[in-house]
Order: sequence, then structure tokens, then C-alpha cells
Amino acid sequence: MGTIIEVENLKKSYGPIEAVRGVGFEVREGQVFGLLGPNGAGKTTTVEILEGLRCPDGGCVRVCGLDPQRGGHRFKQEIGAVLQATALPEKLRVAEAVNLFADFYPRRRELSQLLRRFGLEDKRTAFYSQLSGGQRQRLALALALVNEPRVVFLDEPTAGLDPQVRREIYDIIEELKRENKTILLTTHYIEEAERLCDQVAIIDYGRVIALGTPTELKQRSQDTTRIRVHLARPEPDTALRDLEAVTECRTTDGAYLLQSRRPPQTIVALVKYLEARNNELLSLEIIAPSLEDVFIELTGRRLRD
Amino acid sequence: MKTIWTLTKLRMLLAMRNRAFIFFSLVMPLAFLFLYGGIFARGEPRAVSYVMAAVLALTVMGSFWGLSIQLVLFREQGILRRFRLAPIGPGAMLASSLLSNYVLTVPTVILELLLARWIWKVPSFGNLWGVFVLITLGALAFASLGLIVASVTNTNQETQVINNAIWFPLLFLSGATIPFPLLPAWVQSVGVFLPATHLVTGLQQVMLRSAPVWQVGPEILALAGGTMFCFFVSRSLFRWEPEEKVTRRAKLWAAAAVIPFLLLGSWENAHGKMRQDARSSFLQTIQRPPELR
Repeated sequence: MGTIIEVENLKKSYGPIEAVRGVGFEVREGQVFGLLGPNGAGKTTTVEILEGLRCPDGGCVRVCGLDPQRGGHRFKQEIGAVLQATALPEKLRVAEAVNLFADFYPRRRELSQLLRRFGLEDKRTAFYSQLSGGQRQRLALALALVNEPRVVFLDEPTAGLDPQVRREIYDIIEELKRENKTILLTTHYIEEAERLCDQVAIIDYGRVIALGTPTELKQRSQDTTRIRVHLARPEPDTALRDLEAVTECRTTDGAYLLQSRRPPQTIVALVKYLEARNNELLSLEIIAPSLEDVFIELTGRRLRD
Repeated sequence: MKTIWTLTKLRMLLAMRNRAFIFFSLVMPLAFLFLYGGIFARGEPRAVSYVMAAVLALTVMGSFWGLSIQLVLFREQGILRRFRLAPIGPGAMLASSLLSNYVLTVPTVILELLLARWIWKVPSFGNLWGVFVLITLGALAFASLGLIVASVTNTNQETQVINNAIWFPLLFLSGATIPFPLLPAWVQSVGVFLPATHLVTGLQQVMLRSAPVWQVGPEILALAGGTMFCFFVSRSLFRWEPEEKVTRRAKLWAAAAVIPFLLLGSWENAHGKMRQDARSSFLQTIQRPPELR
């Protein structure tokens, strides 16, 4: 499948603040592509440039082969989006909102099918002002799909929602993925990126600092597999740090946390060491590296700082 | 075209569900009608038909309040940016504002005319076609003035302040409250610069003296020119995003919206007969003052 979104050396400043400084990536048709990064990393600015809502200062952007700034109405017919910081008129009913937006496009989906799919059937006559946060977000998703877009932009689609609603939104996105829609998603939730995305670009201070599938990114990360062990009797940290492939050892809550470059070798070495010292292993837990670890490794910060 | 109509229907629907809108565009105008017709004109048919011009003008002038505030609220709340994602241009957005406002104003005007006829037995409203033309242009002109205000203000509060600053001169210096000929001469020569004066005097001409439309040419020109100028300026200054602030250039352009009225006002002061027209309409009414009963 061909490339449907191209971003090259994208730049955007707000006064003295450089929000985006040379972002570049490509998205293939049918992919779910994630922009992962902390707040203020430049994700929303990037997405809003792709949606045609902001004008870039430099670089090149193409969506469905069109320049969002010049594509006009033809461009807008190809895209759908869930924005941050947006609303609908309070006194507009759910079904009216869907019909309203459908009326702006030549190609459109059927109302009742959309409402059913997003679980809004029993809310069809409710005013926008009466909807909960999750219902508003589902309505926003329904509106984003009303024109059967080729590309869907979801800017922090689950921010501020409680875990249960968040899972509902994940189910919807996974369904869209099965329909082969191209989705560009921004998020600062690791689990969202890991669960939903085919490709992830980790973005920080306006730059892409890593790009790949979630698995690739995690493999690229070194030293991050952690082995947590409880021992019958205490052992000196320094002795454990000398075991094969271990790079770091800390004690937390009575457990030892070993970081290992090659976990199997480390575990064998650990067992032998304990046998020799007549000590016993009470429990062992392997903690695989997550995208969060990758992020910390790349930036030295946690994602939600 | 279809987009404009879709948006117009939406704006009308939202207006009908808005209590403030119902108050300002139905209750207030009717209050003006009873205040002017029943109290100022004491229900005397001839005097009522004189004050009706002011009542209709006030009804139409109210347009700019609601429109400017609604547009600013839509922008502040991020509603406009959602619309921006759809294939909608600023022109369609603004045209639908004017159109929905117009469609909702006309019934109030008709209701006022009918009530005046039934309650105070006003025999005739003169040249009804002329009334229609002036009401149409007046509604469009004042609504587009509202669009200009919305294009240079960022918050609801700012809009209220600017609207008040515009509203009071329009109200008191145009003949919409105090009859124009009773104002001091220098105030009258200021008054002829105001679009509201053109509307009130024009309406008096067609209603009291059945003046044909071509005789209120300057008034029509002022209102139509003002509408077009304001519409194009507000379209080029249109802002979808709440954080997009007004530029200095935009403020200058918006200020330039007074140019058509400056030109026409200067012409009026030098050659026009608007002040005479206002005076003769007034004299015609008070020649036979109502009986003391």
C-alpha cells in the first residue's frame, strides 16, 4: 500500500517558541500511526498542520497527495478528525449534529448505522450539553467518520476519560483499523500507543527522537529488562551487580531489582550464585521493557512529568 | 449554496432554542411597540404611524447585538474550529449568519405592523414595497455591522463593551428615540453619518408619504453599500481559532467600515435633504396634535 501522509522537515514556531523543529515521517495507507510524547512536545501542532488548521513555517506536508493548505474542499472531504479543545453548540441534539455534518459532504454514512456503532442510539435526541465526556468523545468520533474519510486524525482521543471509557474508545479504533482506515493518533499514554499503533514516532521538544513499530522500539532499548527477585536472606548489592550481563542492581521494598542485557544468562548466574551461598530464591519476576522505558532512556524523563 | 442553507437552518434552529434570542428579538421589539405606539403616540393613528418607523428600525438594529455575540461565543468555545474541518469557507459561515438573522427578523416586523393596525387602527403604512426593501437592507446592514464587531473582538465581554459603544449613539442620535428634528442642529449634522438615521428617515419617507423607492435612493445606497463593505471586510478578517488574535491591520480595516457612511454623511450635510425630510415628516404628524381626552 502506498504512502498516504508525508511529512518532511516540518517547522512551526509561535513567536519565540519553536513548537516543531524539523519533524519528518511517513504513514502508509491502512496504518495506525502514533505520535507519542509528553504534553508540549509538538504533537498537536503537527497534527493540526496536517489537518490544514495551521500553516507551517517550513517543510513539506502531503496528505492523500494534497497540500492541506491548498487542497481546499477536496482535501477536507478526504479527512476526518477528532480535535482537542473543541465543542458543538449546547442546544444541538446528537442526531442533528450527525445530520448537520453529513450535509456538508457529498459522500456520507447513514445516520442510524453511525449512531448504533458508537453506542449513541438512546442519546439521539439528547442535547450536546447533556452528554458525558465519553459520550461527547464518541460523538466526535462519529462526526469524524461521517464523510467516510480516507485519513482519520485523532488528537489525544482518550485524554481526560476514565479507564472504562478509554477502553471503549480503543475498541472503536481497533474496529476502524480492521476496516483499513489510515489513522494518525497522538497520545501521551504508553499503553494506547502499544495497543493500537502499527508504527510509533516518539516525539520530544518538537523532534522525532525514535521511529518504528512498538516491538522494534522496545528491542532497540538496551539494559531495560528488569528482573525482580525476593531472596530468603539478604545479599550485598555489589555481589549481584557482578553477575553476568547485569548493569544495575537496586533494592526496593525488600526486593532486588536487577537490570540485565541478557536475562536468561543473568538468571542462570543468579541461581548458581545463590546455590553456592546456600541462599534461596523466593520469587522471580521478569519485567519486559515498555515504551515508557524507551522514552526515559531517550530523554532522561518520564512521559508524564 | 447548499452549505449556506444547511448552516442557515442550523443557526435558526439554535436561535429558536435560545431564550435570550427570543427575548431580544421578540419580547423587546414588542415592548418598544407598546411603549412608542401606546404611550409616546398615545395610540393616535397618525402619530402611531410616525413612531412605527422608529419601532421597525429598532427591531432591525437589534440584529447586530445577537450576531456579534453568537459568533464570538462560537469562536471562544471552539465550535468554529470544528466547522473549519468540514468543507466550509468563511463566506458561507458569514452569509448564513446574515440570512438566518434576516429570516428570523421579518416575522417580528410583520407582527408589529399587524398589531399596530389592529390595536391602533393605523389606516396605512404607505409604500409597503419600500418598507420591505428598507427592512431587508437594514437587517443585512446591521447584521453585517455585527460581523465586523465579531471580527475585531476576542471575548464576549469585549464584544458587549464595543456593542454598547455603538448602540447608544445609534439609539439617541438617529431619530430612533428622540425625533430627529428635535435634536440640536449640530447633533443632526453628526446624526446623518449614522446608518440608523438613514434607516429611520427612509422608513418615515416610505411609510408616511408613500415615497417611491427611488426617492429614498441615498438611504438605500447607504445601507446596501454598508452591508457589502462590512461583509467583505469581515470575510477577509474572519478568524476560526480562539487563540488567533486580532492584528493591527484588521482593526484598521474594521475601522474603515465607517468610510461609506462618512462619505454619504458628508454628501448629506452638503447637498442632501435628509434633515428636511425628517423635519417635514415630523411636522406633518404634529400639525394635528391628538385631542386631550
